[in-house]
Amino acid sequence: MLKDVTIGQYFPGNTIIHRLDPRTKLILVIVYIAALFTAREWLSYGLMLAVTCAIVAVSRISPRTLTRGMKPLVFIICFTGVLNLFYTTGGTTLLDWWIFHVTTDGVKRAVMMVVRILMLISGTFLLTYTTSPMALTDGLEMLLNPLKKIRVPIHEMSMMMSMALRFIPTLIEETDKIMSAQRARGADFETGRLMERAKALLPLLVPLFVSAFRRADELAVAMESRCYHGGEGRTRMKQLRMARRDYLALFSGAALLAVVIVMNVYGL
Amino acid sequence: MPEQPIIRIEDLHFTYPGDSAETLRGLSLEIAEGSFVAVLGHNGSGKSTLAKLLNAILLPTSGKVYVCGRDTEDEEHLLDIRRSVGLVFQNPDNQIVANVVEDDVAFAPENLGVEPQEIRSRVDEALRTVGMYEYRLHAPHLLSGGQKQRVAIAGALAMQPRVLVLDEPTAMLDPLGRREVISTVERLCRERGMTVVLITHHMSECVNADRLIALSDGMVTADGTPREVFSQVELLKREGLTVPATVRLLYALREAGFDVPLDALSVDECADAVAALLLARGRV
Repeated sequence: MLKDVTIGQYFPGNTIIHRLDPRTKLILVIVYIAALFTAREWLSYGLMLAVTCAIVAVSRISPRTLTRGMKPLVFIICFTGVLNLFYTTGGTTLLDWWIFHVTTDGVKRAVMMVVRILMLISGTFLLTYTTSPMALTDGLEMLLNPLKKIRVPIHEMSMMMSMALRFIPTLIEETDKIMSAQRARGADFETGRLMERAKALLPLLVPLFVSAFRRADELAVAMESRCYHGGEGRTRMKQLRMARRDYLALFSGAALLAVVIVMNVYGL
Repeated sequence: MPEQPIIRIEDLHFTYPGDSAETLRGLSLEIAEGSFVAVLGHNGSGKSTLAKLLNAILLPTSGKVYVCGRDTEDEEHLLDIRRSVGLVFQNPDNQIVANVVEDDVAFAPENLGVEPQEIRSRVDEALRTVGMYEYRLHAPHLLSGGQKQRVAIAGALAMQPRVLVLDEPTAMLDPLGRREVISTVERLCRERGMTVVLITHHMSECVNADRLIALSDGMVTADGTPREVFSQVELLKREGLTVPATVRLLYALREAGFDVPLDALSVDECADAVAALLLARGRV
Protein backbone atom coordinates (compact mmCIF):
# COMPACT_ATOMS: atom_id res chain seq x y z
CA MET A 1 0.00 0.00 0.00
CA LEU A 2 2.72 2.45 0.91
CA LYS A 3 4.70 1.38 -2.13
CA ASP A 4 2.24 3.34 -4.32
CA VAL A 5 3.42 6.70 -3.11
CA THR A 6 4.85 8.40 -6.17
CA ILE A 7 4.99 11.98 -4.91
CA GLY A 8 8.46 13.35 -5.35
CA GLN A 9 9.60 10.20 -7.08
CA TYR A 10 12.13 10.34 -9.87
CA PHE A 11 12.01 8.18 -13.00
CA PRO A 12 15.46 8.21 -14.61
CA GLY A 13 15.56 8.73 -18.34
CA ASN A 14 17.52 10.44 -21.05
CA THR A 15 14.96 12.55 -22.91
CA ILE A 16 15.45 16.24 -23.62
CA ILE A 17 13.16 17.00 -20.69
CA HIS A 18 15.38 14.94 -18.39
CA ARG A 19 18.49 16.68 -19.64
CA LEU A 20 17.26 20.23 -19.18
CA ASP A 21 18.97 22.14 -16.40
CA PRO A 22 16.92 21.91 -13.17
CA ARG A 23 16.89 25.72 -12.97
CA THR A 24 15.30 25.89 -16.41
CA LYS A 25 12.68 23.37 -15.39
CA LEU A 26 11.88 25.19 -12.16
CA ILE A 27 11.42 28.49 -13.97
CA LEU A 28 9.38 26.82 -16.69
CA VAL A 29 7.03 25.27 -14.14
CA ILE A 30 6.40 28.70 -12.66
CA VAL A 31 5.80 30.15 -16.14
CA TYR A 32 3.53 27.22 -16.95
CA ILE A 33 1.45 27.78 -13.80
CA ALA A 34 1.19 31.49 -14.56
CA ALA A 35 0.00 30.69 -18.08
CA LEU A 36 -2.52 28.17 -16.72
CA PHE A 37 -4.07 30.79 -14.48
CA THR A 38 -4.10 33.38 -17.26
CA ALA A 39 -5.97 31.14 -19.67
CA ARG A 40 -9.71 31.87 -19.49
CA GLU A 41 -11.48 30.66 -22.59
CA TRP A 42 -11.71 27.45 -24.60
CA LEU A 43 -9.07 28.33 -27.16
CA SER A 44 -6.36 29.21 -24.66
CA TYR A 45 -7.27 26.12 -22.61
CA GLY A 46 -6.93 24.04 -25.74
CA LEU A 47 -3.49 25.50 -26.37
CA MET A 48 -2.35 24.72 -22.80
CA LEU A 49 -3.72 21.20 -23.03
CA ALA A 50 -1.90 20.61 -26.31
CA VAL A 51 1.35 21.90 -24.80
CA THR A 52 0.92 19.71 -21.70
CA CYS A 53 0.26 16.60 -23.79
CA ALA A 54 3.25 17.37 -25.99
CA ILE A 55 5.56 17.67 -22.98
CA VAL A 56 4.26 14.43 -21.45
CA ALA A 57 4.82 12.68 -24.77
CA VAL A 58 8.38 13.99 -25.11
CA SER A 59 9.28 13.07 -21.52
CA ARG A 60 8.23 9.44 -22.14
CA ILE A 61 6.55 9.36 -18.73
CA SER A 62 3.67 6.94 -19.23
CA PRO A 63 0.23 8.58 -18.76
CA ARG A 64 -0.57 5.73 -16.42
CA THR A 65 2.20 6.79 -14.03
CA LEU A 66 0.75 10.28 -14.04
CA THR A 67 -2.80 9.13 -13.31
CA ARG A 68 -1.55 6.80 -10.57
CA GLY A 69 0.08 9.77 -8.89
CA MET A 70 -3.18 11.71 -9.11
CA LYS A 71 -5.24 9.05 -7.36
CA PRO A 72 -4.98 10.52 -3.86
CA LEU A 73 -6.27 13.82 -5.27
CA VAL A 74 -9.37 12.46 -6.98
CA PHE A 75 -11.59 13.61 -4.15
CA ILE A 76 -10.41 17.21 -4.25
CA ILE A 77 -10.73 17.31 -8.03
CA CYS A 78 -14.32 15.95 -7.97
CA PHE A 79 -15.22 18.25 -5.09
CA THR A 80 -14.03 21.33 -6.97
CA GLY A 81 -15.85 20.23 -10.09
CA VAL A 82 -19.17 19.66 -8.29
CA LEU A 83 -18.94 22.93 -6.37
CA ASN A 84 -18.33 24.91 -9.55
CA LEU A 85 -21.09 23.06 -11.34
CA PHE A 86 -23.77 24.04 -8.85
CA TYR A 87 -22.63 27.38 -7.57
CA THR A 88 -22.00 29.23 -10.81
CA THR A 89 -24.76 31.46 -12.05
CA GLY A 90 -25.24 32.96 -15.51
CA GLY A 91 -25.93 31.54 -18.95
CA THR A 92 -28.96 29.42 -19.84
CA THR A 93 -30.40 27.21 -17.14
CA LEU A 94 -30.10 23.53 -17.97
CA LEU A 95 -31.53 22.03 -14.82
CA ASP A 96 -33.58 23.58 -12.07
CA TRP A 97 -34.71 21.06 -9.50
CA TRP A 98 -35.09 21.60 -5.74
CA ILE A 99 -31.87 23.32 -4.63
CA PHE A 100 -29.88 22.32 -7.72
CA HIS A 101 -29.40 24.86 -10.48
CA VAL A 102 -27.13 23.93 -13.34
CA THR A 103 -26.36 26.53 -15.94
CA THR A 104 -24.25 26.46 -19.08
CA ASP A 105 -21.73 28.73 -17.37
CA GLY A 106 -21.60 26.30 -14.48
CA VAL A 107 -20.77 23.38 -16.75
CA LYS A 108 -18.11 25.41 -18.50
CA ARG A 109 -16.48 26.52 -15.25
CA ALA A 110 -16.60 23.03 -13.78
CA VAL A 111 -14.92 21.49 -16.80
CA MET A 112 -12.32 24.24 -16.94
CA MET A 113 -11.54 23.99 -13.23
CA VAL A 114 -11.06 20.23 -13.38
CA VAL A 115 -8.88 20.48 -16.47
CA ARG A 116 -6.87 23.28 -14.87
CA ILE A 117 -6.19 21.23 -11.73
CA LEU A 118 -5.29 18.18 -13.79
CA MET A 119 -2.82 20.20 -15.86
CA LEU A 120 -1.42 21.85 -12.75
CA ILE A 121 -0.72 18.47 -11.20
CA SER A 122 0.70 17.03 -14.42
CA GLY A 123 3.08 19.95 -14.80
CA THR A 124 4.47 19.78 -11.29
CA PHE A 125 4.62 15.97 -11.31
CA LEU A 126 6.58 16.08 -14.55
CA LEU A 127 9.15 18.26 -12.80
CA THR A 128 9.80 15.75 -10.02
CA TYR A 129 9.43 12.73 -12.30
CA THR A 130 12.13 13.94 -14.68
CA THR A 131 14.53 15.64 -12.26
CA SER A 132 16.60 13.82 -9.65
CA PRO A 133 15.98 15.21 -6.15
CA MET A 134 19.61 16.21 -5.82
CA ALA A 135 19.50 18.18 -9.06
CA LEU A 136 16.23 19.74 -7.99
CA THR A 137 17.53 20.97 -4.64
CA ASP A 138 20.79 22.11 -6.24
CA GLY A 139 18.81 24.05 -8.82
CA LEU A 140 16.60 25.58 -6.17
CA GLU A 141 19.60 26.54 -4.08
CA MET A 142 21.25 28.28 -7.03
CA LEU A 143 18.05 30.07 -8.06
CA LEU A 144 17.51 31.36 -4.54
CA ASN A 145 21.18 32.16 -4.02
CA PRO A 146 20.66 35.95 -4.12
CA LEU A 147 18.54 35.62 -0.96
CA LYS A 148 21.69 34.63 0.94
CA LYS A 149 22.62 38.31 0.84
CA ILE A 150 19.72 39.06 3.15
CA ARG A 151 20.76 36.14 5.38
CA VAL A 152 18.12 33.64 4.36
CA PRO A 153 19.69 30.22 5.14
CA ILE A 154 19.29 28.89 1.59
CA HIS A 155 21.99 26.24 1.79
CA GLU A 156 20.63 24.84 5.04
CA MET A 157 17.11 24.74 3.64
CA SER A 158 18.13 22.94 0.49
CA MET A 159 20.26 20.50 2.50
CA MET A 160 17.27 19.76 4.73
CA MET A 161 15.08 19.24 1.70
CA SER A 162 17.48 16.81 0.04
CA MET A 163 17.90 14.88 3.32
CA ALA A 164 14.11 14.65 3.66
CA LEU A 165 13.83 13.33 0.12
CA ARG A 166 16.68 10.92 0.72
CA PHE A 167 14.93 9.44 3.76
CA ILE A 168 11.44 9.07 2.28
CA PRO A 169 12.08 5.52 0.99
CA THR A 170 13.93 4.54 4.18
CA LEU A 171 11.10 5.72 6.41
CA ILE A 172 8.42 4.16 4.21
CA GLU A 173 10.28 0.86 4.44
CA GLU A 174 10.48 1.22 8.19
CA THR A 175 6.76 2.05 8.49
CA ASP A 176 5.94 -1.07 6.52
CA LYS A 177 8.13 -3.11 8.85
CA ILE A 178 6.56 -1.73 12.02
CA MET A 179 3.07 -2.23 10.57
CA SER A 180 3.83 -5.85 9.76
CA ALA A 181 5.27 -6.40 13.22
CA GLN A 182 2.17 -4.97 14.84
CA ARG A 183 -0.19 -6.82 12.53
CA ALA A 184 1.56 -10.02 13.54
CA ARG A 185 0.60 -9.18 17.09
CA GLY A 186 -3.02 -8.54 16.18
CA ALA A 187 -3.13 -4.82 15.40
CA ASP A 188 -5.85 -3.84 12.95
CA PHE A 189 -5.24 -0.90 10.62
CA GLU A 190 -7.96 -1.47 8.03
CA THR A 191 -11.32 -1.79 9.74
CA GLY A 192 -13.24 0.29 12.22
CA ARG A 193 -14.42 3.85 12.15
CA LEU A 194 -12.19 6.79 11.42
CA MET A 195 -11.43 7.46 15.08
CA GLU A 196 -10.60 3.83 15.74
CA ARG A 197 -8.30 3.71 12.76
CA ALA A 198 -6.61 6.92 13.81
CA LYS A 199 -6.08 5.44 17.26
CA ALA A 200 -4.55 2.31 15.75
CA LEU A 201 -1.98 4.51 14.03
CA LEU A 202 -0.69 5.96 17.29
CA PRO A 203 1.37 2.91 18.32
CA LEU A 204 2.80 3.06 14.80
CA LEU A 205 3.86 6.68 15.02
CA VAL A 206 5.64 6.44 18.35
CA PRO A 207 8.31 3.91 17.32
CA LEU A 208 8.60 5.64 13.95
CA PHE A 209 9.34 8.98 15.58
CA VAL A 210 11.78 7.51 18.06
CA SER A 211 13.73 5.81 15.32
CA ALA A 212 13.61 8.91 13.10
CA PHE A 213 15.25 10.92 15.86
CA ARG A 214 17.89 8.26 16.38
CA ARG A 215 18.55 8.20 12.65
CA ALA A 216 18.86 11.97 12.56
CA ASP A 217 21.40 11.82 15.37
CA GLU A 218 23.51 9.16 13.66
CA LEU A 219 23.24 10.96 10.35
CA ALA A 220 24.51 14.19 11.89
CA VAL A 221 27.57 12.39 13.30
CA ALA A 222 28.19 10.67 9.96
CA MET A 223 27.95 13.99 8.12
CA GLU A 224 30.33 15.69 10.50
CA SER A 225 32.74 12.79 10.15
CA ARG A 226 32.75 13.50 6.45
CA CYS A 227 33.79 17.07 7.07
CA TYR A 228 30.40 18.70 6.62
CA HIS A 229 30.58 22.23 7.98
CA GLY A 230 27.80 24.11 6.26
CA GLY A 231 27.70 25.61 2.80
CA GLU A 232 30.84 27.68 3.13
CA GLY A 233 33.61 26.66 0.76
CA ARG A 234 31.60 23.74 -0.56
CA THR A 235 32.09 22.67 -4.16
CA ARG A 236 30.01 20.46 -6.43
CA MET A 237 31.00 17.43 -8.40
CA LYS A 238 28.24 18.07 -10.92
CA GLN A 239 28.32 21.67 -12.06
CA LEU A 240 25.01 22.93 -13.39
CA ARG A 241 25.46 24.34 -16.86
CA MET A 242 22.91 26.10 -19.02
CA ALA A 243 23.08 24.69 -22.54
CA ARG A 244 21.51 26.00 -25.73
CA ARG A 245 18.48 23.79 -25.21
CA ASP A 246 17.87 25.52 -21.87
CA TYR A 247 17.76 28.96 -23.46
CA LEU A 248 15.51 27.60 -26.20
CA ALA A 249 13.17 26.07 -23.63
CA LEU A 250 13.06 29.28 -21.60
CA PHE A 251 12.33 31.26 -24.73
CA SER A 252 9.48 28.89 -25.70
CA GLY A 253 8.06 29.18 -22.19
CA ALA A 254 8.08 32.96 -22.38
CA ALA A 255 6.49 32.85 -25.83
CA LEU A 256 3.74 30.55 -24.54
CA LEU A 257 2.98 32.88 -21.66
CA ALA A 258 2.90 35.87 -24.04
CA VAL A 259 0.51 34.13 -26.42
CA VAL A 260 -1.81 33.14 -23.57
CA ILE A 261 -1.81 36.71 -22.22
CA VAL A 262 -2.66 38.09 -25.68
CA MET A 263 -5.45 35.52 -26.01
CA ASN A 264 -6.73 36.53 -22.60
CA VAL A 265 -6.82 40.19 -23.65
CA TYR A 266 -8.80 39.33 -26.78
CA GLY A 267 -11.14 37.06 -24.84
CA LEU A 268 -10.18 33.86 -26.66
CA MET B 1 59.34 2.52 17.13
CA PRO B 2 61.33 4.15 14.35
CA GLU B 3 58.59 6.29 12.80
CA GLN B 4 55.92 8.27 14.54
CA PRO B 5 52.72 6.31 15.23
CA ILE B 6 49.76 7.61 13.23
CA ILE B 7 47.49 7.56 16.25
CA ARG B 8 48.71 8.14 19.77
CA ILE B 9 46.40 8.03 22.75
CA GLU B 10 47.69 9.14 26.13
CA ASP B 11 45.85 8.29 29.32
CA LEU B 12 42.46 8.94 27.74
CA HIS B 13 39.47 9.37 30.03
CA PHE B 14 36.00 10.06 28.74
CA THR B 15 32.68 10.62 30.49
CA TYR B 16 29.48 11.44 28.65
CA PRO B 17 27.92 14.66 29.93
CA GLY B 18 25.35 13.85 32.61
CA ASP B 19 26.79 10.37 33.12
CA SER B 20 28.23 9.45 36.49
CA ALA B 21 30.41 6.57 35.33
CA GLU B 22 33.42 6.97 33.09
CA THR B 23 33.06 5.34 29.68
CA LEU B 24 36.79 5.22 29.01
CA ARG B 25 39.10 4.90 31.98
CA GLY B 26 42.68 5.64 31.20
CA LEU B 27 43.46 4.34 27.75
CA SER B 28 46.94 4.56 26.30
CA LEU B 29 47.63 3.23 22.84
CA GLU B 30 49.84 3.75 19.83
CA ILE B 31 48.80 2.62 16.39
CA ALA B 32 51.45 2.22 13.71
CA GLU B 33 50.87 3.46 10.19
CA GLY B 34 49.79 0.77 7.73
CA SER B 35 48.76 -1.74 10.37
CA PHE B 36 45.47 -3.57 10.69
CA VAL B 37 44.26 -3.24 14.25
CA ALA B 38 41.13 -4.92 15.54
CA VAL B 39 39.44 -3.61 18.66
CA LEU B 40 37.32 -6.17 20.38
CA GLY B 41 34.80 -5.62 23.12
CA HIS B 42 31.25 -6.40 24.13
CA ASN B 43 28.45 -3.83 24.33
CA GLY B 44 29.22 -0.96 26.64
CA SER B 45 32.97 -1.55 26.63
CA GLY B 46 33.50 1.92 25.21
CA LYS B 47 34.64 0.84 21.77
CA SER B 48 32.22 3.07 19.81
CA THR B 49 33.12 6.00 22.02
CA LEU B 50 36.75 5.37 21.19
CA ALA B 51 35.94 5.56 17.45
CA LYS B 52 34.30 8.95 17.83
CA LEU B 53 37.25 10.24 19.84
CA LEU B 54 39.60 9.36 16.99
CA ASN B 55 38.22 12.03 14.65
CA ALA B 56 37.23 14.71 17.12
CA ILE B 57 33.49 14.05 17.04
CA LEU B 58 33.98 13.67 20.77
CA LEU B 59 36.78 15.33 22.70
CA PRO B 60 38.58 13.69 25.65
CA THR B 61 37.45 14.57 29.18
CA SER B 62 41.09 14.27 30.10
CA GLY B 63 44.12 12.86 28.36
CA LYS B 64 45.14 13.38 24.75
CA VAL B 65 44.46 11.92 21.34
CA TYR B 66 46.96 12.67 18.59
CA VAL B 67 46.17 11.94 14.95
CA CYS B 68 49.13 12.30 12.56
CA GLY B 69 50.85 14.19 15.33
CA ARG B 70 47.97 16.65 15.77
CA ASP B 71 45.99 17.08 18.96
CA THR B 72 42.29 16.45 18.22
CA GLU B 73 41.40 19.32 20.54
CA ASP B 74 43.07 21.71 18.14
CA GLU B 75 40.03 23.50 16.63
CA GLU B 76 42.06 25.04 13.85
CA HIS B 77 42.94 21.72 12.28
CA LEU B 78 39.57 20.09 12.85
CA LEU B 79 38.87 19.44 9.15
CA ASP B 80 42.42 18.16 8.64
CA ILE B 81 41.94 15.66 11.45
CA ARG B 82 38.55 14.54 10.19
CA ARG B 83 39.79 14.03 6.67
CA SER B 84 42.77 11.98 7.84
CA VAL B 85 40.50 9.60 9.75
CA GLY B 86 37.65 8.15 7.70
CA LEU B 87 34.88 6.80 9.90
CA VAL B 88 32.39 4.13 8.85
CA PHE B 89 29.45 3.38 11.13
CA GLN B 90 27.24 0.44 11.90
CA ASN B 91 24.00 1.37 10.15
CA PRO B 92 24.61 1.95 6.44
CA ASP B 93 21.22 3.64 5.99
CA ASN B 94 22.03 6.38 8.44
CA GLN B 95 25.31 7.45 6.88
CA ILE B 96 24.35 7.65 3.23
CA VAL B 97 23.33 11.21 2.44
CA ALA B 98 22.37 11.16 -1.24
CA ASN B 99 19.86 9.43 -3.50
CA VAL B 100 22.51 8.31 -5.96
CA VAL B 101 25.60 6.28 -5.06
CA GLU B 102 28.15 8.55 -6.78
CA ASP B 103 26.60 11.71 -5.29
CA ASP B 104 26.97 10.17 -1.86
CA VAL B 105 30.63 9.31 -2.37
CA ALA B 106 31.18 12.89 -3.60
CA PHE B 107 29.78 14.34 -0.37
CA ALA B 108 33.03 14.51 1.62
CA PRO B 109 35.24 15.98 -1.13
CA GLU B 110 32.48 18.50 -1.88
CA ASN B 111 32.55 19.54 1.76
CA LEU B 112 36.31 19.91 1.55
CA GLY B 113 36.00 22.22 -1.44
CA VAL B 114 37.86 20.01 -3.88
CA GLU B 115 37.76 20.98 -7.58
CA PRO B 116 34.87 19.32 -9.51
CA GLN B 117 37.13 17.34 -11.85
CA GLU B 118 39.27 16.12 -9.00
CA ILE B 119 36.10 15.05 -7.14
CA ARG B 120 35.00 13.07 -10.20
CA SER B 121 38.27 11.14 -10.34
CA ARG B 122 38.33 10.54 -6.57
CA VAL B 123 34.76 9.24 -6.63
CA ASP B 124 35.47 6.88 -9.52
CA GLU B 125 38.64 5.61 -7.87
CA ALA B 126 36.97 5.09 -4.49
CA LEU B 127 34.08 3.21 -6.08
CA ARG B 128 36.47 1.00 -8.07
CA THR B 129 38.46 0.25 -4.93
CA VAL B 130 35.43 -1.14 -3.15
CA GLY B 131 34.10 -2.80 -6.31
CA MET B 132 30.94 -0.69 -6.60
CA TYR B 133 31.77 1.26 -9.77
CA GLU B 134 29.06 -0.46 -11.82
CA TYR B 135 26.50 0.68 -9.27
CA ARG B 136 27.49 4.35 -9.32
CA LEU B 137 24.14 5.50 -10.72
CA HIS B 138 22.00 3.28 -8.50
CA ALA B 139 19.77 4.41 -5.65
CA PRO B 140 21.41 3.37 -2.36
CA HIS B 141 18.20 2.14 -0.74
CA LEU B 142 17.89 -0.55 -3.40
CA LEU B 143 21.33 -2.04 -2.66
CA SER B 144 22.05 -4.93 -0.30
CA GLY B 145 23.45 -4.26 3.17
CA GLY B 146 26.97 -5.28 2.20
CA GLN B 147 26.87 -3.09 -0.89
CA LYS B 148 25.60 -0.10 1.09
CA GLN B 149 28.39 -0.54 3.57
CA ARG B 150 30.94 -0.67 0.75
CA VAL B 151 29.48 2.59 -0.58
CA ALA B 152 29.94 4.04 2.91
CA ILE B 153 33.59 2.91 2.85
CA ALA B 154 34.02 4.55 -0.57
CA GLY B 155 32.50 7.69 0.90
CA ALA B 156 35.23 7.75 3.53
CA LEU B 157 37.98 6.85 1.02
CA ALA B 158 37.05 9.83 -1.16
CA MET B 159 38.54 12.04 1.57
CA GLN B 160 41.84 10.22 0.96
CA PRO B 161 42.25 9.47 4.66
CA ARG B 162 45.34 7.87 6.20
CA VAL B 163 43.34 5.87 8.72
CA LEU B 164 40.06 4.07 8.21
CA VAL B 165 38.10 3.46 11.40
CA LEU B 166 35.16 1.09 11.14
CA ASP B 167 32.72 0.93 14.03
CA GLU B 168 31.01 -2.47 13.90
CA PRO B 169 30.56 -2.21 10.13
CA THR B 170 29.13 -5.71 9.87
CA ALA B 171 26.74 -5.77 12.83
CA MET B 172 23.67 -5.33 10.65
CA LEU B 173 24.76 -7.50 7.73
CA ASP B 174 24.14 -11.09 6.72
CA PRO B 175 27.14 -13.48 6.52
CA LEU B 176 27.67 -12.75 2.83
CA GLY B 177 27.66 -8.99 3.33
CA ARG B 178 29.99 -9.43 6.29
CA ARG B 179 32.52 -11.26 4.16
CA GLU B 180 32.27 -8.61 1.40
CA VAL B 181 33.03 -5.82 3.84
CA ILE B 182 35.82 -7.56 5.75
CA SER B 183 37.65 -8.68 2.63
CA THR B 184 37.37 -5.14 1.21
CA VAL B 185 38.89 -3.74 4.37
CA GLU B 186 41.67 -6.33 4.50
CA ARG B 187 42.55 -5.61 0.88
CA LEU B 188 42.69 -1.88 1.56
CA CYS B 189 45.19 -2.46 4.31
CA ARG B 190 47.36 -5.06 2.56
CA GLU B 191 47.40 -3.60 -0.95
CA ARG B 192 47.15 0.13 -0.31
CA GLY B 193 48.88 0.37 3.04
CA MET B 194 45.86 1.99 4.64
CA THR B 195 45.87 1.96 8.43
CA VAL B 196 42.72 0.15 9.50
CA VAL B 197 41.08 0.16 12.92
CA LEU B 198 38.28 -2.38 12.91
CA ILE B 199 35.97 -2.24 15.88
CA THR B 200 33.90 -5.39 16.24
CA HIS B 201 32.57 -8.04 18.50
CA HIS B 202 33.01 -10.81 15.96
CA MET B 203 36.19 -12.72 16.75
CA SER B 204 36.29 -14.28 13.33
CA GLU B 205 36.78 -10.85 11.75
CA CYS B 206 39.94 -10.25 13.77
CA VAL B 207 41.80 -13.38 12.75
CA ASN B 208 43.78 -11.63 10.02
CA ALA B 209 44.54 -8.49 11.99
CA ASP B 210 48.12 -7.55 12.85
CA ARG B 211 47.12 -6.64 16.33
CA LEU B 212 44.16 -7.29 18.55
CA ILE B 213 43.12 -5.02 21.38
CA ALA B 214 40.43 -6.25 23.76
CA LEU B 215 38.51 -3.52 25.54
CA SER B 216 36.46 -4.02 28.63
CA ASP B 217 34.86 -1.40 30.85
CA GLY B 218 36.83 1.34 29.18
CA MET B 219 40.18 -0.30 29.72
CA VAL B 220 42.53 -2.45 27.66
CA THR B 221 42.44 -6.02 28.93
CA ALA B 222 44.51 -7.68 26.24
CA ASP B 223 46.78 -6.39 23.51
CA GLY B 224 48.83 -8.46 21.11
CA THR B 225 48.66 -10.53 17.95
CA PRO B 226 45.38 -12.42 17.49
CA ARG B 227 47.25 -15.62 18.33
CA GLU B 228 48.47 -14.32 21.63
CA VAL B 229 45.13 -12.84 22.62
CA PHE B 230 42.95 -15.74 21.59
CA SER B 231 45.05 -18.23 23.49
CA GLN B 232 44.12 -16.40 26.70
CA VAL B 233 40.81 -18.22 26.61
CA GLU B 234 40.15 -17.85 30.32
CA LEU B 235 40.46 -14.09 30.14
CA LEU B 236 38.24 -13.76 27.09
CA LYS B 237 35.56 -15.90 28.67
CA ARG B 238 35.64 -13.76 31.75
CA GLU B 239 35.11 -10.70 29.57
CA GLY B 240 32.06 -12.27 27.99
CA LEU B 241 33.70 -12.62 24.58
CA THR B 242 33.29 -15.73 22.51
CA VAL B 243 36.45 -17.20 21.08
CA PRO B 244 36.56 -18.67 17.56
CA ALA B 245 35.21 -22.20 17.25
CA THR B 246 38.69 -23.56 16.46
CA VAL B 247 40.21 -22.19 19.64
CA ARG B 248 37.22 -23.37 21.64
CA LEU B 249 37.72 -26.91 20.37
CA LEU B 250 41.43 -26.89 21.16
CA TYR B 251 40.74 -25.41 24.56
CA ALA B 252 38.22 -28.15 25.35
CA LEU B 253 40.74 -30.79 24.25
CA ARG B 254 43.36 -29.23 26.45
CA GLU B 255 41.00 -29.17 29.41
CA ALA B 256 40.41 -32.86 28.82
CA GLY B 257 44.12 -33.45 29.16
CA PHE B 258 45.35 -33.55 25.59
CA ASP B 259 48.47 -31.68 24.62
CA VAL B 260 47.43 -29.36 21.77
CA PRO B 261 48.54 -25.82 20.95
CA LEU B 262 45.97 -23.10 21.60
CA ASP B 263 47.03 -20.74 18.85
CA ALA B 264 45.87 -22.65 15.78
CA LEU B 265 43.33 -20.08 14.57
CA SER B 266 42.36 -21.13 11.08
CA VAL B 267 40.32 -24.23 10.39
CA ASP B 268 43.26 -25.82 8.51
CA GLU B 269 45.70 -25.21 11.33
CA CYS B 270 43.23 -26.60 13.80
CA ALA B 271 42.67 -29.69 11.69
CA ASP B 272 46.43 -30.20 11.46
CA ALA B 273 46.76 -29.92 15.23
CA VAL B 274 44.02 -32.46 15.82
CA ALA B 275 45.46 -34.77 13.15
CA ALA B 276 48.87 -34.55 14.77
CA LEU B 277 47.29 -35.42 18.08
CA LEU B 278 45.52 -38.43 16.60
CA LEU B 279 48.73 -39.59 14.91
CA ALA B 280 50.65 -39.27 18.15
CA ARG B 281 48.05 -41.29 20.00
CA GLY B 282 47.98 -43.91 17.24
CA ARG B 283 51.66 -44.45 17.81
CA VAL B 284 51.30 -44.95 21.53
